[in-house]
Amino acid sequence: MSIYRQSSVMSQRAPPLLSVHPSRALVDEKFQVLVENLPPGCPVTVHSLHQSEDNDYWEAYGHYVSNQRGTVSVSEDLSFGGTYSGKESMGLLWSLRPVPGSRKGLRLRKMNVCAPMLVTISVYMGHEGFRDQRPLASTLTERWYMAPGVKRVVVKERGVRGTLFIPPGPGPFPGILDMWGGGGGLVEYRSALLASRGFASLALEYLSPEKVRSADLEFTYFETAFSIIQEHPLVLPDRVGLLGLSLGSLVSFYLAAESSTVKPTCIVAVSSNYSLSRTKTIPGFHDDLINYYDKVRVDENNHHIWKGIGMALFNEPTKVDVGKINCPMLLISGCDDQNWPAVETVEDISRTMRSVGKDRLLTRVDYPGAGHLIEPPYSPHFRATNFMLHTQNEKVILKWGGETKPHSDAQEDSWQKILCFLEQHLYCSPSVRAKM
Amino acid sequence: MDRKQCYVKLSVQPTRGLMDEKFIILVQNAFPGSEVTVHALHKCEDGHSWEAFAHYNADTAGTVNVSQDCSLGGTYSGVEPMGLLWSLKPVPGSKPGLRMRKKNIEIPMEVLISVYRGHLTKGFLDQAPLAGVLVERWYMAPGVRRIPITDDGLTATLFLPSGPGPFPGLLDLWGGGGQLVEYRAALLASNGIAALALDYLTCSYTMETRKLVDNQYFEKAYKVLQQHPQIIGSRIGMMGLSLGTSMTLKMAVYSQVMKLSCVVCISGSHVQPVDGSLEDMLKLFTLNSHKTRTNEENQMIWRDLLLPIPTDPSLKVDLGRIQCPLLVVVGEDDQNWPAGDSAADMKEMMEQAGNSHLLTLLSYPDAGHLIEPPYTPHARASVFRAVQTREKVTSLWGGQTLAHARAQEDAWRKTLVFLKENLYGSTNSSATTFTNL
Repeated sequence: MSIYRQSSVMSQRAPPLLSVHPSRALVDEKFQVLVENLPPGCPVTVHSLHQSEDNDYWEAYGHYVSNQRGTVSVSEDLSFGGTYSGKESMGLLWSLRPVPGSRKGLRLRKMNVCAPMLVTISVYMGHEGFRDQRPLASTLTERWYMAPGVKRVVVKERGVRGTLFIPPGPGPFPGILDMWGGGGGLVEYRSALLASRGFASLALEYLSPEKVRSADLEFTYFETAFSIIQEHPLVLPDRVGLLGLSLGSLVSFYLAAESSTVKPTCIVAVSSNYSLSRTKTIPGFHDDLINYYDKVRVDENNHHIWKGIGMALFNEPTKVDVGKINCPMLLISGCDDQNWPAVETVEDISRTMRSVGKDRLLTRVDYPGAGHLIEPPYSPHFRATNFMLHTQNEKVILKWGGETKPHSDAQEDSWQKILCFLEQHLYCSPSVRAKM
Repeated sequence: MDRKQCYVKLSVQPTRGLMDEKFIILVQNAFPGSEVTVHALHKCEDGHSWEAFAHYNADTAGTVNVSQDCSLGGTYSGVEPMGLLWSLKPVPGSKPGLRMRKKNIEIPMEVLISVYRGHLTKGFLDQAPLAGVLVERWYMAPGVRRIPITDDGLTATLFLPSGPGPFPGLLDLWGGGGQLVEYRAALLASNGIAALALDYLTCSYTMETRKLVDNQYFEKAYKVLQQHPQIIGSRIGMMGLSLGTSMTLKMAVYSQVMKLSCVVCISGSHVQPVDGSLEDMLKLFTLNSHKTRTNEENQMIWRDLLLPIPTDPSLKVDLGRIQCPLLVVVGEDDQNWPAGDSAADMKEMMEQAGNSHLLTLLSYPDAGHLIEPPYTPHARASVFRAVQTREKVTSLWGGQTLAHARAQEDAWRKTLVFLKENLYGSTNSSATTFTNL
């Protein structure tokens, strides 16, 4: 932080006071950003800056005008422009985007969940050209994926690789098997946040570049992972659910429909996919992708749209037989998903469930204007990002879809619905409690 | 395991808060109407365990909201959102006379909040709770910088708020126990004020030379603030508690070097040899030590040492000469200093001199001497080693827990308003009005 020499003029004028409450929060909690002690009717820009673990800089900002008391409240006042507009208490986070001059196709994902995401909130004088000045004030705020007392346990047993997050307290807790999509790797942050909300959650690694072709990616891998959760002394074995995004949702549907050992209490599927490959393995799924790659459209920005592959796979007979699923399911989709026909998939699943009289098990939420990557709230939206096609050793830019504002609203709303659904089915449903 | 059991959910928001921030504790999924006990456990840096607990009945939805519901008993009763912190007491079997004070403010105070079935009053560690949540309470906000200051023979720590500044500054003085006590200054910096915690009784100069500091020591501390590139030299205040009030008033009225924007005096007095130093101040106490009383529990009562308030002007700071706004905070059950009597005399002096518009007086019935930042436990008496006597006694501070807790919360909030108005506001000298609270 530079130290500026104060001018004698500055020492007479009262400095503005910038505060963020709470200054340390969980990632899914709201904050209030307040600027006080400004002159009345003063145009200012409130700005957020974050340096990612990859050392890219992300920023967001809103233009405001102070009221008669010289106050700007981001929660209550209107932004007149910037990276967001209108009354948006969390706009400084969800509208974060790479600063001008950054590399292309970036995606912001926290890999080290034991440390918080640090965001610097600043206030500048004026609207146009605010960047050329030094800030009037700035403050640091922490956004955490892990609540205090959450335990992080590395899992490496029976061939299964992942990280288990256990909530604080004596337990026992309901469990969740948490699976991301075809991008692979070990992504911990959603599980860390679920544990902060009372669920023992296993973030499962099931796709890493070296292991794409290994035999352990048949569905027994996932059955073993599920039983590892069930058998944990702090987990309630009859209250374990599945949470899957994209390819993860395919795994969830298949396990629930076909596995003799996995009986999930409930399923949350985000950006659903139920097109199983003929070989019924994950590598088989990737083979399908390659075989159908002629169905990929490339838009004017050279971004790859995979939705066509999914549409073509609808004609294959190897869809998961979802009619065999017997547990409640919450299906979350974005109507502007360019990566996979999630809405069409959910439509077909709904028809199937209705035909076997099980539609009471289904809760379906389709979000207009949202894309494929529906993640925990207040994280930035990515319309298209870099993606490594490991089988081809080729880097492309995949189009996920969605417009920032409706996508961010979808993330906020769907997270609440997911937590509520999980609480209802994994903790205690109000209707199940003793009648008075 | 009872499969039909409703698994109780306990949540605290926020789980990481500043020491002066409130939290909301929610118990959900309990059986409707069932009895539960919400419990707090804290192990302080000295290794002592502190606990608080309250009895609630879940409502028809199976919920208990500590901020809204009534505690039916425990270490507090009634609707008390922060009762689990301010009513913390040493666990049974602890040694007497304990006082909770954080030394290392770079790490948080950790409190384990748990919920138990039934209305329990003891044996919490022998029973499994239904749920537990770990809560962090911080004196330092993210981005606040802690800078030890040893230049010019000072023993001090400067806390700078987050951001480029420049910020208004404050000199922060504690009382006769000495030591370098940092937590209030850290919390002030977390609220936007650059604060310098100053050790003036057990500082390295005194420890090495066996001599007490002179008045210039305080002026040097002021200059550190005034000359700092991130501090606004024309916006510096001073705050003192107990003996710290004595030095604060002396400097505010008589120092030629210090030009203070405002002054806060907590649980103190203006009675002192006006032309004297810290040493003369302490000699006055020794001279009057025969006025010390002890109660039935053998606790020392020192409030009479400066009574009666003298009429001789050389024995008290001339408040008629103070030129900046002054906030005076008094606990009416203060057994350690005659803060109430002094405040009344100060007010009269100012009314006669015509500058009483500068005075804001906050007087709290049943509050004791140690009026500190909120939501920390109240000590009615504790083991104390006064720097001059060097003996360990039990000092009676006074105050009733509930009233004292309320006083701490109210006084801190109003102190922050006062400081912000006078250090951040426009440069008009006037007493603070709390109409905008």
